[in-house]
Order: sequence, then C-alpha cells, then structure tokens
Amino acid sequence: MANEHGFKIKPVTPISPEEEARVAAWIDTAEYREKNFARQALVINPAHACQPLGAHLCAAGFEGTLPFVHGSQGCASYYRSTLSRHFREPAPAVSDAMTEDGAVFGGQNNLHEGLENCVALYKPKMIAVFTSCMPEVIGDDLTTFIKNARSKGHLPADLPTPFANTPSFNGSHVHGYDSMLMAILQTLTEGKAMEGRCTGKLNFIAGFDANTGNYREYKRIFGEFGIPYTFLADISETFDSPNDGIYRTYPGGTPLVEAADSINGKATLTVAPYATSKTFTWIKEQYSGVHVSMPMPMGIAKTDAFLMKLAELYERPVPASLKAERGRAVDAMTDAQQYMHGKRFAVYGDPDMLPGYVSFLLEMGAVPVHILCSKGSKKLERELQGLLDSSPFGNDGKCYMNRDLWHLRSLLKTEPVDAMIGDTHGKFAARDAKIPLFRFGFPIFDRVNLHRRPIIGYQGTINMLTEICNRFIDILDDTCDDRHFEMMR
Amino acid sequence: MSAHKTVPGITRASTQAMIDRALDAYPEKGRAKRAPHLTPNDPDAQSPCVKSNRKTVPGVMSARGCAYAGAKGVVWGPIGDMIHVSHGPVGCGWYSWGTRRNLVSGKNGVSSFAMHFTSDFQEKDIVYGGDKKLSVLLKEAKELFPLAKGVSVLSECPVGLIGDDINATTKRMAQELDMPIIPCNCEGFRGVSQSLGHHLSNDSIRDYVIETREFHQAGPYDIALIGDYNIGGDVWAVKPLLEECGFNVKATWTGDGRLEEIAATHQVKLAVIHCYRSMNYMARVMEEKYSIPWLEVNFFGPTKIKQSLRKLAERFDDTIKQKVEAAIAKYDPEMQKVIEVYRPRLEGKKVMLYVGGLRPRHTVGAYEDLGMVVVGTGYEFAHNDDYERTAPEMPEATVIYDDASEYELEKFVHELKPDLVGSGIKEKYVFQKMGVPFRQMHSWDYSGPYHAYKGFPIFARDIDMAINSPTWKFVRAPF
Repeated sequence: MANEHGFKIKPVTPISPEEEARVAAWIDTAEYREKNFARQALVINPAHACQPLGAHLCAAGFEGTLPFVHGSQGCASYYRSTLSRHFREPAPAVSDAMTEDGAVFGGQNNLHEGLENCVALYKPKMIAVFTSCMPEVIGDDLTTFIKNARSKGHLPADLPTPFANTPSFNGSHVHGYDSMLMAILQTLTEGKAMEGRCTGKLNFIAGFDANTGNYREYKRIFGEFGIPYTFLADISETFDSPNDGIYRTYPGGTPLVEAADSINGKATLTVAPYATSKTFTWIKEQYSGVHVSMPMPMGIAKTDAFLMKLAELYERPVPASLKAERGRAVDAMTDAQQYMHGKRFAVYGDPDMLPGYVSFLLEMGAVPVHILCSKGSKKLERELQGLLDSSPFGNDGKCYMNRDLWHLRSLLKTEPVDAMIGDTHGKFAARDAKIPLFRFGFPIFDRVNLHRRPIIGYQGTINMLTEICNRFIDILDDTCDDRHFEMMR
Repeated sequence: MSAHKTVPGITRASTQAMIDRALDAYPEKGRAKRAPHLTPNDPDAQSPCVKSNRKTVPGVMSARGCAYAGAKGVVWGPIGDMIHVSHGPVGCGWYSWGTRRNLVSGKNGVSSFAMHFTSDFQEKDIVYGGDKKLSVLLKEAKELFPLAKGVSVLSECPVGLIGDDINATTKRMAQELDMPIIPCNCEGFRGVSQSLGHHLSNDSIRDYVIETREFHQAGPYDIALIGDYNIGGDVWAVKPLLEECGFNVKATWTGDGRLEEIAATHQVKLAVIHCYRSMNYMARVMEEKYSIPWLEVNFFGPTKIKQSLRKLAERFDDTIKQKVEAAIAKYDPEMQKVIEVYRPRLEGKKVMLYVGGLRPRHTVGAYEDLGMVVVGTGYEFAHNDDYERTAPEMPEATVIYDDASEYELEKFVHELKPDLVGSGIKEKYVFQKMGVPFRQMHSWDYSGPYHAYKGFPIFARDIDMAINSPTWKFVRAPF
C-alpha cells in the first residue's frame, strides 16, 4: 500500500529496549570512537557560536552603544537571548529586519530606516553595526550604505557608527569580537593620534571574556598598582548592573572619549591573543607606546607573568598587597593539593581560555588529558603542547583541534577522566561520563552567579581550586558508605 | 453591549492616550507603521483589533525570531527520535540547542537526539554550495545514530541565497539510506516572523510525513494532541489526564513526539489543538483530507480545563462523558484548595503579558482563577485569527499590542505599573531592573509543567513566588 506521494506505508514500530541498550553500549566503544572521528561533514554539539555574538558582546562594552544587527531579526533575538541567559541581565540590540526583498534589492533601505528608528527610540551615543549571514552572502556594501545614511539624514553626522563584517560562515564568536573591536577603535580614534601626547594610561583588553568578575578583578589589580587605565570594551557594568528599580539601556561601558584617546596611551595590553589578533596587529601599527599581547592570567605562573609585565610597563614593583595575595593563593594550593593531585581532566572552550586551564591544572599536579577546541588552530595547538611538554603532569595530554563535544564524549568513554572544565553545553557528556563539570567558560545557562566570581589572578586561582576540590569532597561524601562517612576530609 | 470584564481606571480613552504617548518618540514613518499594531481592546469587535503578521519595523528592538526558529525550535525540534540538522553556519543551531525546554523521552544520542547537528558552513560551502556536504553528512548521521527514525534538514539563510537544492538532495538520500529525510526551506529571511517557519514545517509534514505510517490498532477514542510542545513536561501533564478521561492519545505534536506516530495521525478520530497558531495548518489539512475534525482546547487553569474537557466529551459517547465528569469531580476540589491558598495572596494583582503562540490569550483564565487581572496582552507573531480569539478573553479597553518593541513595552509598564510581567528572556531583566516581578512565559522560567491539573498548582506557586518574594523589597536602598 502506498499513499499519494508514492511513499510506502509502514507500521509504526517503536524502538525496542533491547535495541536501545545495544546501541547505548555501542556508542561507548572504541569502534564507535573511530567512526565518530572519521566524520567529514557532520558537526555535532560544537563548542562555539558564530561571529556576530562576539560582536554583540564587544559592542556592549562601550558607553551608550547600541548593538545593531544588519540582517534578519531572528539573528538579533538569538544573540540577545544567549547573552541574557548567561548574564541574567538585559542585552539590548536592534536589527534592521531584512527579509526576502532585501535579498533582491540589498539591505540599504532596511539599514537606513533602522538607524533612524533606533536613534529616535534608544538615543545611543554610538551605534555598532555588525552583519549576520544574509547581507554577507548578497554582498551588501556597508561603507557606502552608512555614508548614504548620513548624507540622506537618516543618521546624525556626529554619531559614531562603526561597522564590522562578521560572517557566520567563517571563524567563531571570538573572531566577531575581534572585528567589532577593531572597527570601534578605528572609528573612535580616527584623527585623535597626537604627536607627543601620552595619556599615561594603560589600554587594557580582556577579549571575549564573559565573566564580569574577571573585569572587576583586573580593575582591582590596576588599582593596587596605582596604574591609570582605559579598559577597552568594558562589559562589567553593562552585564552586571545594580538592581535599584531603574532600568538603564546603557548602564556602563568604556567612555567613548577615553576610548578615542586610547591611541595616545602609554601602553596597550591584551590578554586575548586569539580573540584580538587582528585588532592587536592594527594597534601595533597605529597606537603609541608599548604593545603587549599575553595569555589570560589564570593560575600562578600566568598571573606572575601578568603582574611582572605591569610592573615592567610602569616601572614600579609589584605591590606588597598583591605579593601577599600570591602567598595566600599558594597557601590555598598547598592546603588543597591532595584533593586535585593526579586527577585527570578534560577541558574544552575558547582558544584564550584553554592555555589558562591547562597551566592551572599542571600547577596543581592535576593531569589535563583531553584538550579540545572546536574552533582551534595550529598556533593554539603549539601553545598548548608547549605547556604540556613543560610539566611531567602533561605527559598524558593530547590536543584535539576542530573537534566537537560529540568527539569529546567518545574520548571520555574510551579514555575516562575524573572531571571536565568547560561551559554548560558539556553537561550531557559529563552526565554520560558520570563526572563533574566545572563551568569556567561561556555560556553558563544552568547555574547562577558564576559569571560574577573571577577566575583570573590569584583570587581567581583560589576560586577555581576551591570549587574543584570541594566538589571532589562532596562526591566522596555523597557516594561513600556509612563506615567511611567521616567528620574530617 | 454585553457585560464585559473591566479594570478600574482603564478606559478606551486612557489606553489610547497611553499608546499615543508611547508612539510620540517614533519618527513619522515608524509611528505610522506601528500605530495600527496597538489598540485598546474591544471585546465585541467583529474584526481583528490590530494589524498583525506584517514586517517588523527595522531598528525598533522587536522580540521576534525567524522562520528557522519557528521550524527548528518550535515544530521539528521537539520530535525526539529524529535528527534535526541545522543546515548552514554553526550559530542558528547553537543558539536553539536546548533553549526551549521541549523535554523528550529516550536515551540521548541513542534513541532521542536533543543535540546540535549542523553542516557548519564555511566560506567554501557558500562559494561551491553545500549539497554535496549534505549528502555526506546524512550518511554519517545514519551510521552514527542507527536508531534515528528520520532526519529533518532545516535550511538557514545562506542555503536559500546560494541556490542549493536541499529538496533534490534529501529525496535522493532518503532513497539511498531508506529512511525519512525531510527538507524544510525555512531560511530565516523568509516571511516576517517565526510564524512562517511553523507553516513551512506543517507543509513539510503534509508533504513528507503524514500517511506514511499506520498504527497496529485503531479505536473509537483515538485522538492526537496537537500543538503541545512539552515545555517543562506539559505533555506529561496533559496526556495522562486525557487517558484518564478514556482517550487513547496516539500521537503528540510535537512535544515528546515520535516521528512514526505523527506519520500515522491520519487515523485518529479527533485532533485536539492546544497551540492553534503553530499547528492549525495541519489540522485543516487532516480535516479536508481525512475528515478528522479538530477542536481547540485550553489546559491552563481549572476553569478552562473544565470547559475544555466538557467540550471534548461532547464529541464522544457516554463512556467518555462519565469519565470526564469523574475526572473533573476528582481534580476540581484539589484545584479549589490550591486557589484557597494562593488567591488571597494574589487577589487583584495586575499582569501584563507579551508572548507568542497561544499564551497571550490562553493563560488569561488561569490568572483569573487566582483572582488576578490581565491589563495588557500581545503576541510576537500572531495573525488576525489570534486577535479575534483574544478580544473576548481580555477586559474592556485594556491595551493590545502586536510585535511590540521593547520601547513600547517599557512605556506601558511604566504607566500601568503591573504587579507581574509575563514575557520572554530578552524582556525579563529589563523589567526586573525596574523592580517589577517577572516570569518567563515561553519556558515557564525553568519550571513547569503549567498545563492541566498537574500544572496549575505549579503555575500558582510560581506566580505567587514571583510576586511575593521578599527580595523585591530591597530593590530601593534606604539611604
């Protein structure tokens, strides 16, 4: 029997429990792992998003700045929802709602109408335009569109409107961050470079870091040093604003005047070599002063290097308060080392996070085993391998570039570890492997307030190891038999 | 004019003045476009009160999603025993991965697939096309997930723009792999909102799924539950109730859905529709093609549940009628106890809603069961028929908004000062920063179920918790 489409009509056949059990066992095997790693086209559970999300995060780091998506409205809703779920904060952004006719005629009319409306309603001090797929595929020329917007009066002449091309079919959210940051700095600093002027300030860039606690921690460290700074793309107030009964569309961000003057800084320091590589190359050419790109200061060694670099740049010693803090962090490590020593870890996440995780684990005598980046590079792999090679605890470590969390599941099942470090998306693999997941990455959709506790610097090191060690102790308490349930641990 | 619900202080003039003030800030063109989407309610209106299903006005901060969101997130995603491929760049599927709370049974990665499958388009796929990659990907999916009952291929924007032919590719691969592979051309730039994605998905079900399977047995009480997406377990609250009332729920569309049961739904006796907006298309198809009648119901709050169960019983014999009355007699007193607890704490509290699908009208009765009054409501992606169904549910002269901008919602909340706003994640923290209690009414704010008798006590508890939390009193500092 066949229906009118010519499809054969078959009986409804549920999946039997036996079949389910057979396949459930099979997907844990080495044989399955081999098939899984042979995938050429299908990507399953990747641990990265698309470029415009990073552009949105970056734009939100500037004073009075309205993120503006040139493209379909659904894209903007996805970025906004993602950021709101992670920070549990508002994430305003507009789109110019391109539809089918945009595909035919281009998106200029939408862009112009959108600019006019958002200026009237949301009164931004800057509009940061970035693109989603549609205008990138059809080849919209934003330079001309924005120029026309000004000449036709849709956009005030003096309203800075940087734009970035952020195609989703290239790179990941960290690359979108990079492009948006460069566009914003190019726009704001244009004509501001002054021969002989030096603000005396440190320009600091955190990169795609969605932990507002980290931002506050960096500022505290600069405060301890007495270093004047301009925090470029400062999301700490935007995405961690007080609840005082008043909603503010723009609760924070780098003051635009300061960002404009950053070109005359004493030094520029980025701790996001991967999320700001393009911007940093440009800064080296354009900005006065010293330029430094170094890894995120996670763990002791990377924090030491960070503080020594600050000391070097500003020709002053590391303050006694931070030296004491280092001592406390090391004390916390030695007190807790027995709970982490030899524990085997899988880590995954953004390129700028991974060296920090690995370095920290090695310092604790823990063993990073699976190190996975779903949008990595040879350069990242070399950096990670260098870290592994530097420690006897790195011998078992292997890097997996451009592999996804379904690959990671196979790794966990065939070469088991004790714990994972990553973001919320790894929770399914962690559950299947029956191991804890430490949520140090982005996004965190399923725990509250974790984005408020720093994981950088000495304090961040204490925070990470405390979370990890106490969780292992919790597991012991939750799973041991009565005879071994003890007062002390 | 019949006696309508009213709200003290709200008149058509006061609401219209509020709307005018909200429109003040718009440039002339924007104002002219937005004005027809905002109106004071007229419960007697014979025609839809606002304009709807129009293009979003650029730059206003709409809450809307896209056709892909409607297809992947709403209709296809909840079918648990299929692989849903987000065909195109990595983002769309990543953003919609696990973010709707359409819970599924089965073993993840084995018999159910609430995961993110994508072709992860790169520059070269844009240049050379992605059809070949799609063929390879489908083979890999079949090999790695042998128990998957089928695959949906959901196009993202670039696929339609570069001229790929997913329909031809999926047709060829369905034959080669001997499994249902269903294309859905739901590129995000199509249409004006997620609504078109629902429609396109319904069309795909019509063209590729329905009548391709048969149940082993058929009975007089066979029904299908249509338009319940199992948010927070809603289906698991409704299905047992319907079974207790004597029905055989042969298929659920699409919450905790199974592809083959959906494919055999042409054999049921009645289609029970919860979310009319997203599923009325297939209800009509099945009515025309297989003479299956459909009935709209509402499982929010005891008043509407009771009415809905009796409406259902009307279509069947005394066996069903008796069981329905027995269920009502069993559960209604329990619900009254819930109301006794919460109503004194919620009496007279004002609610503003801005959601999608069915909730802006269907939840009104549940709030009223708790003694609350809905003072404004609207939809992200509704059509005329939704607003026709909304007007009689809402009090006289309360504000109705279609595809509201965040600016408008902010203005309305400032003026109406509701005790609770029920909307989405993008709105939640805007209003909480204002000190206004809020519940996400798309996702049940990580709670649920809210449907049926199992859901109402949870709904009541959550609403009370939101409004009466002691945390709100600290919002304003004493210094």
